[in-house]
Amino acid sequence: MPSQSERGPAGHGHTDMEAVAEQVFAALADPSRRAILAALAAGGPATATDLALRLPITRQAIAKHLTLLAEAGLVLAEPGERRRVRYRLQSAPMHAAQQFLAALARDWDGPLGALRDHLDSEGTP
Amino acid sequence: MGFPDRIERTMQLAHPPAKVWAALTTAEGLGTWFGNEAEIDLRPGGTAWMKWDNGNQVDLRVERVEEPSVFGFTWHIYGLPDEDPRRTYVEFTLEPDGGGTQLTVVETGFAQLLGDDHQVAYEGNTGGWTSELGELTTYLDAA
Repeated sequence: MPSQSERGPAGHGHTDMEAVAEQVFAALADPSRRAILAALAAGGPATATDLALRLPITRQAIAKHLTLLAEAGLVLAEPGERRRVRYRLQSAPMHAAQQFLAALARDWDGPLGALRDHLDSEGTP
Repeated sequence: MGFPDRIERTMQLAHPPAKVWAALTTAEGLGTWFGNEAEIDLRPGGTAWMKWDNGNQVDLRVERVEEPSVFGFTWHIYGLPDEDPRRTYVEFTLEPDGGGTQLTVVETGFAQLLGDDHQVAYEGNTGGWTSELGELTTYLDAA
Protein backbone atom coordinates (compact mmCIF):
# COMPACT_ATOMS: atom_id res chain seq x y z
CA MET A 1 0.00 0.00 0.00
CA PRO A 2 1.42 3.47 -0.81
CA SER A 3 2.34 5.34 2.36
CA GLN A 4 1.68 9.03 2.87
CA SER A 5 5.37 9.86 2.37
CA GLU A 6 5.54 7.94 -0.90
CA ARG A 7 2.69 9.91 -2.36
CA GLY A 8 4.59 13.17 -2.14
CA PRO A 9 3.39 16.55 -0.85
CA ALA A 10 -0.30 16.88 -0.11
CA GLY A 11 -2.07 18.56 -3.00
CA HIS A 12 -5.42 20.23 -3.21
CA GLY A 13 -8.64 19.35 -4.93
CA HIS A 14 -8.86 16.33 -7.14
CA THR A 15 -5.29 15.07 -6.93
CA ASP A 16 -5.61 14.74 -3.18
CA MET A 17 -9.02 13.11 -3.47
CA GLU A 18 -7.78 10.58 -6.00
CA ALA A 19 -4.89 9.67 -3.71
CA VAL A 20 -7.31 9.13 -0.84
CA ALA A 21 -9.59 6.88 -2.88
CA GLU A 22 -6.54 4.98 -4.13
CA GLN A 23 -5.58 4.22 -0.50
CA VAL A 24 -9.06 2.89 0.15
CA PHE A 25 -9.03 0.60 -2.88
CA ALA A 26 -5.52 -0.65 -2.02
CA ALA A 27 -6.68 -1.37 1.53
CA LEU A 28 -9.81 -3.20 0.41
CA ALA A 29 -7.87 -5.37 -2.05
CA ASP A 30 -6.51 -7.48 0.81
CA PRO A 31 -9.00 -9.87 2.50
CA SER A 32 -7.40 -9.53 5.94
CA ARG A 33 -7.57 -5.75 5.75
CA ARG A 34 -11.20 -6.00 4.58
CA ALA A 35 -11.95 -8.12 7.64
CA ILE A 36 -10.19 -5.65 9.95
CA LEU A 37 -11.99 -2.61 8.49
CA ALA A 38 -15.32 -4.43 8.60
CA ALA A 39 -14.75 -5.39 12.24
CA LEU A 40 -13.94 -1.78 13.14
CA ALA A 41 -17.02 -0.56 11.29
CA ALA A 42 -19.26 -3.11 12.95
CA GLY A 43 -17.89 -3.02 16.48
CA GLY A 44 -16.19 0.35 16.88
CA PRO A 45 -12.61 1.18 17.88
CA ALA A 46 -10.54 -1.83 18.94
CA THR A 47 -7.01 -2.86 19.83
CA ALA A 48 -4.97 -5.31 17.82
CA THR A 49 -5.57 -7.83 20.62
CA ASP A 50 -9.36 -7.37 20.46
CA LEU A 51 -9.31 -7.93 16.72
CA ALA A 52 -7.09 -11.01 17.02
CA LEU A 53 -9.67 -12.53 19.35
CA ARG A 54 -12.48 -11.90 16.87
CA LEU A 55 -10.79 -12.60 13.54
CA PRO A 56 -9.02 -15.67 12.12
CA ILE A 57 -5.84 -13.61 11.64
CA THR A 58 -2.70 -13.68 13.77
CA ARG A 59 -2.06 -10.76 16.09
CA GLN A 60 1.22 -10.00 14.34
CA ALA A 61 -0.50 -9.79 10.98
CA ILE A 62 -3.26 -7.59 12.42
CA ALA A 63 -0.69 -5.25 13.99
CA LYS A 64 1.15 -5.02 10.68
CA HIS A 65 -2.05 -4.23 8.75
CA LEU A 66 -3.18 -1.67 11.32
CA THR A 67 0.16 0.13 11.05
CA LEU A 68 -0.23 0.29 7.27
CA LEU A 69 -3.85 1.42 7.53
CA ALA A 70 -2.90 4.13 10.03
CA GLU A 71 -0.07 5.37 7.77
CA ALA A 72 -2.59 5.55 4.94
CA GLY A 73 -5.03 7.55 7.04
CA LEU A 74 -7.79 4.93 6.98
CA VAL A 75 -7.67 4.25 10.71
CA LEU A 76 -6.64 6.57 13.51
CA ALA A 77 -4.56 5.29 16.43
CA GLU A 78 -5.88 6.47 19.76
CA PRO A 79 -4.09 6.03 23.09
CA GLY A 80 -6.25 3.86 25.34
CA GLU A 81 -6.23 2.38 28.82
CA ARG A 82 -3.02 0.82 30.11
CA ARG A 83 -1.10 2.16 27.06
CA ARG A 84 -3.13 -0.06 24.74
CA VAL A 85 -3.55 1.59 21.36
CA ARG A 86 -7.06 1.46 19.91
CA TYR A 87 -7.72 1.94 16.23
CA ARG A 88 -10.71 3.88 14.95
CA LEU A 89 -12.00 3.64 11.39
CA GLN A 90 -11.86 6.96 9.50
CA SER A 91 -14.95 7.44 7.36
CA ALA A 92 -13.79 10.52 5.41
CA PRO A 93 -11.50 8.57 3.05
CA MET A 94 -14.38 6.20 2.39
CA HIS A 95 -16.39 9.13 1.04
CA ALA A 96 -13.79 9.72 -1.66
CA ALA A 97 -13.98 6.07 -2.70
CA GLN A 98 -17.78 6.21 -2.50
CA GLN A 99 -17.85 9.12 -4.92
CA PHE A 100 -15.93 7.08 -7.46
CA LEU A 101 -18.31 4.16 -7.02
CA ALA A 102 -21.49 6.27 -7.06
CA ALA A 103 -20.71 7.46 -10.57
CA LEU A 104 -19.87 3.90 -11.68
CA ALA A 105 -23.06 2.58 -10.12
CA ARG A 106 -25.23 4.95 -12.14
CA ASP A 107 -26.44 3.19 -15.28
CA TRP A 108 -27.54 5.54 -18.06
CA ASP A 109 -26.83 3.22 -20.95
CA GLY A 110 -29.60 0.83 -19.91
CA PRO A 111 -32.34 3.48 -19.58
CA LEU A 112 -31.27 5.34 -22.72
CA GLY A 113 -31.39 2.12 -24.73
CA ALA A 114 -34.87 1.54 -23.33
CA LEU A 115 -35.86 5.09 -24.34
CA ARG A 116 -34.77 4.44 -27.91
CA ASP A 117 -36.65 1.11 -28.01
CA HIS A 118 -39.75 2.78 -26.57
CA LEU A 119 -39.69 5.57 -29.18
CA ASP A 120 -39.05 3.12 -32.03
CA SER A 121 -41.91 0.88 -30.95
CA GLU A 122 -44.39 3.74 -30.74
CA GLY A 123 -44.42 4.03 -34.53
CA THR A 124 -44.81 7.23 -36.53
CA PRO A 125 -47.73 9.45 -35.48
CA MET B 1 -7.30 7.87 -11.63
CA GLY B 2 -9.71 10.23 -13.40
CA PHE B 3 -12.36 11.00 -10.85
CA PRO B 4 -15.87 10.94 -12.34
CA ASP B 5 -17.75 14.04 -11.19
CA ARG B 6 -19.81 14.25 -14.35
CA ILE B 7 -21.47 11.66 -16.57
CA GLU B 8 -22.41 12.58 -20.13
CA ARG B 9 -24.09 10.70 -22.96
CA THR B 10 -25.19 11.89 -26.40
CA MET B 11 -27.39 9.91 -28.74
CA GLN B 12 -29.08 10.44 -32.09
CA LEU B 13 -32.76 9.52 -32.15
CA ALA B 14 -34.83 9.13 -35.34
CA HIS B 15 -37.77 10.94 -33.77
CA PRO B 16 -38.68 14.63 -33.64
CA PRO B 17 -37.94 16.63 -30.47
CA ALA B 18 -41.61 16.94 -29.53
CA LYS B 19 -41.99 13.17 -29.38
CA VAL B 20 -38.76 12.70 -27.41
CA TRP B 21 -39.82 15.50 -25.06
CA ALA B 22 -43.10 13.73 -24.36
CA ALA B 23 -41.28 10.49 -23.54
CA LEU B 24 -38.99 12.32 -21.08
CA THR B 25 -41.49 14.58 -19.33
CA THR B 26 -44.79 12.74 -19.04
CA ALA B 27 -45.92 10.11 -16.56
CA GLU B 28 -46.82 7.78 -19.44
CA GLY B 29 -43.36 8.14 -20.98
CA LEU B 30 -41.29 7.84 -17.81
CA GLY B 31 -43.47 4.99 -16.54
CA THR B 32 -42.82 3.00 -19.70
CA TRP B 33 -39.14 3.26 -20.61
CA PHE B 34 -37.62 4.33 -17.26
CA GLY B 35 -39.72 3.18 -14.33
CA ASN B 36 -42.69 0.84 -14.29
CA GLU B 37 -44.91 3.61 -12.96
CA ALA B 38 -44.41 7.36 -12.68
CA GLU B 39 -45.99 10.65 -11.80
CA ILE B 40 -44.67 14.10 -12.58
CA ASP B 41 -45.55 17.69 -11.78
CA LEU B 42 -43.77 19.29 -14.73
CA ARG B 43 -42.68 22.72 -13.51
CA PRO B 44 -39.56 24.09 -11.78
CA GLY B 45 -39.86 23.04 -8.16
CA GLY B 46 -42.37 20.33 -8.98
CA THR B 47 -41.86 16.78 -7.79
CA ALA B 48 -41.96 13.51 -9.66
CA TRP B 49 -41.47 9.88 -8.77
CA MET B 50 -40.78 6.62 -10.52
CA LYS B 51 -41.50 3.17 -9.14
CA TRP B 52 -40.29 -0.21 -10.22
CA ASP B 53 -41.98 -3.57 -9.86
CA ASN B 54 -39.19 -4.69 -7.49
CA GLY B 55 -40.27 -2.02 -5.00
CA ASN B 56 -37.57 0.57 -5.75
CA GLN B 57 -38.67 4.15 -5.96
CA VAL B 58 -36.86 7.38 -6.80
CA ASP B 59 -38.12 10.90 -6.13
CA LEU B 60 -37.24 13.70 -8.52
CA ARG B 61 -37.31 17.43 -8.01
CA VAL B 62 -37.87 19.20 -11.31
CA GLU B 63 -35.50 22.14 -11.85
CA ARG B 64 -35.64 23.25 -15.51
CA VAL B 65 -38.49 22.96 -17.97
CA GLU B 66 -37.88 24.64 -21.35
CA GLU B 67 -40.06 22.76 -23.79
CA PRO B 68 -38.94 21.10 -26.00
CA SER B 69 -35.22 21.74 -25.41
CA VAL B 70 -34.13 21.41 -21.79
CA PHE B 71 -35.42 19.25 -18.95
CA GLY B 72 -33.51 19.17 -15.67
CA PHE B 73 -34.13 17.53 -12.31
CA THR B 74 -32.29 16.44 -9.18
CA TRP B 75 -32.41 13.11 -7.41
CA HIS B 76 -30.81 11.20 -4.55
CA ILE B 77 -27.25 9.91 -4.96
CA TYR B 78 -27.18 6.18 -5.56
CA GLY B 79 -25.76 4.13 -2.71
CA LEU B 80 -26.11 6.76 0.00
CA PRO B 81 -28.53 6.36 2.92
CA ASP B 82 -32.03 7.58 2.11
CA GLU B 83 -31.72 10.37 4.69
CA ASP B 84 -28.65 11.85 2.98
CA PRO B 85 -29.77 15.18 1.51
CA ARG B 86 -27.17 15.35 -1.26
CA ARG B 87 -28.51 15.06 -4.80
CA THR B 88 -27.12 14.98 -8.29
CA TYR B 89 -28.49 17.09 -11.14
CA VAL B 90 -29.59 15.50 -14.40
CA GLU B 91 -30.13 17.66 -17.47
CA PHE B 92 -31.54 16.47 -20.81
CA THR B 93 -30.93 18.69 -23.85
CA LEU B 94 -32.84 18.09 -27.08
CA GLU B 95 -31.59 19.53 -30.38
CA PRO B 96 -33.32 19.09 -33.74
CA ASP B 97 -31.18 16.99 -36.05
CA GLY B 98 -32.71 16.72 -39.49
CA GLY B 99 -36.04 15.05 -38.79
CA GLY B 100 -34.71 13.55 -35.61
CA THR B 101 -33.25 14.64 -32.28
CA GLN B 102 -29.82 14.80 -30.76
CA LEU B 103 -30.38 13.99 -27.09
CA THR B 104 -27.72 14.76 -24.50
CA VAL B 105 -27.94 13.81 -20.83
CA VAL B 106 -25.48 15.17 -18.28
CA GLU B 107 -25.46 14.19 -14.64
CA THR B 108 -23.30 16.21 -12.24
CA GLY B 109 -22.75 16.52 -8.52
CA PHE B 110 -20.93 13.34 -7.56
CA ALA B 111 -18.11 15.49 -6.15
CA GLN B 112 -20.38 16.52 -3.27
CA LEU B 113 -19.58 13.23 -1.61
CA LEU B 114 -16.29 14.68 -0.43
CA GLY B 115 -18.08 16.79 2.14
CA ASP B 116 -16.38 19.14 4.54
CA ASP B 117 -14.91 16.41 6.70
CA HIS B 118 -12.60 15.28 3.89
CA GLN B 119 -10.05 18.08 4.29
CA VAL B 120 -10.27 18.23 8.08
CA ALA B 121 -9.78 14.53 8.69
CA TYR B 122 -7.31 13.82 5.94
CA GLU B 123 -4.93 16.75 6.21
CA GLY B 124 -4.26 15.94 9.85
CA ASN B 125 -0.58 15.03 9.95
CA THR B 126 -0.83 11.64 11.58
CA GLY B 127 1.95 9.97 9.57
CA GLY B 128 4.88 10.25 11.96
CA TRP B 129 2.94 9.67 15.15
CA THR B 130 1.11 6.58 13.99
CA SER B 131 4.37 5.05 12.75
CA GLU B 132 5.79 5.31 16.23
CA LEU B 133 2.63 4.00 17.79
CA GLY B 134 2.62 1.13 15.34
CA GLU B 135 6.06 0.10 16.50
CA LEU B 136 4.98 0.46 20.12
CA THR B 137 1.96 -1.73 19.44
CA THR B 138 4.08 -4.41 17.86
CA TYR B 139 6.44 -4.29 20.82
CA LEU B 140 3.61 -4.52 23.39
CA ASP B 141 1.77 -7.23 21.51
CA ALA B 142 4.93 -9.33 21.33
CA ALA B 143 5.51 -9.01 25.09
